Amino acid sequence: MRCVKCPDKAVIELRRHHSPFCKPHFIEYFENQVERAVRRQGMLSPDDRIMVAVSGGKDSLTLWYVLNRMGYNTTGLHIHLGIGEYSDASYDATLAFAKQHDLEVTTVDLSKTYGMNVPDLSKALRRVACSGCGLSKRYIMNKEAHERGFDVVATGHNLDDEAATLMGNVLHWQMGYLARQAPVLEATTEKLVKKVKPLYTVTERETAAYALLHGIDYVEEECPNAFGAKSLLYKDALNRIELESPGAKHQFLLQFFENARPRLEVGADEHELRDCAICGQATTTEVCAFCRMWQQAKRRVEQKEERRQLREAEAAAPTT
Amino acid sequence: MKVIIRNPKRREVELEGKGWRVQDVLKHLDLNPESVLVMRAGELLTRDEHVKTEDTIEVLSAISGG
Ligand code: SF4
Ligand SMILES: [Zn+2]
Ligand SMILES: [Zn+2]
Repeated sequence: MRCVKCPDKAVIELRRHHSPFCKPHFIEYFENQVERAVRRQGMLSPDDRIMVAVSGGKDSLTLWYVLNRMGYNTTGLHIHLGIGEYSDASYDATLAFAKQHDLEVTTVDLSKTYGMNVPDLSKALRRVACSGCGLSKRYIMNKEAHERGFDVVATGHNLDDEAATLMGNVLHWQMGYLARQAPVLEATTEKLVKKVKPLYTVTERETAAYALLHGIDYVEEECPNAFGAKSLLYKDALNRIELESPGAKHQFLLQFFENARPRLEVGADEHELRDCAICGQATTTEVCAFCRMWQQAKRRVEQKEERRQLREAEAAAPTT
Repeated sequence: MKVIIRNPKRREVELEGKGWRVQDVLKHLDLNPESVLVMRAGELLTRDEHVKTEDTIEVLSAISGG
């Protein structure tokens, strides 16, 4: 197979664009896609201080690499989640990448800063790990960016991530989530930092290829909690459709952003924002969801400890 | 020909016979070409490439969850 732009041999074929590309032309294509998304959606300005959320996986490291290459002023934010070997490997990959490319990185250790890692949090709440993890990541990202004076937070969500989220939201007709799903979320108050997803027009496969071609050393290992996740089911379903009808996946997502979502915004309930009574971050309720979750988790742990002490005391008491 | 499927769970498969193309290998292993990348000696291969009996190819799933 030959490159669509030159006589060289192709290294990857993008059926959705009817285009096989050689290495240099694929890289050019990929970077153009990101640049166009950033420009069209007004994601970033040249003088913005950008916080890039980096997990150590292919998407976030590729995003960081590309933004840096485009000349943006970036700092990485890595959250150590305490999920066994996976988190250690992710931390190492992030720091090694930062060092190799001479980039600044800030790290937050969930357990050191908030008292529990993701597995403990999940056990205390008796909820799947992803719910506490996702909420914590979103909260910490915004808080760190706000407190450190960043203009925008960039995340590595790609076309497949967004299309899978859209599919989940449509299957359950989550109107509130649908209205809020977007490549750019503007800062609605001073405490909510702008969020952008510069990779939303490139697929996961394209991102992986870009990372491989640049020798980006990402964590191939998956979070153990990801197995069985609904997002994987949706991605698989979408890729089966894509195989039979190339371009279907990006049509599904991009047409939603262009045509469907703008109609949803009207009427989507706009709650008034106020400061969380505990942490001061912006929220629609008296205490924000993050603080409520941590309060509950800590209460559960305390109760468990009290019960344990009671049992111990009973066991130690002399029997008559 | 040896096929190493790198992730999410690493496994190796030995395929007999000649005349395999990348797309036939994927079809045989029931892997979706939209979800994976195929490599030989660190180079990406398109679906029409022929794989020789003595070759080792690697399949990398591009899909991550979470
Ligand atoms: S899969 Fe779930 S637990 Fe693992 S990092 Fe993602 S959100 Fe967190
Ligand atoms: Zn070319
Ligand atoms: Zn709070």
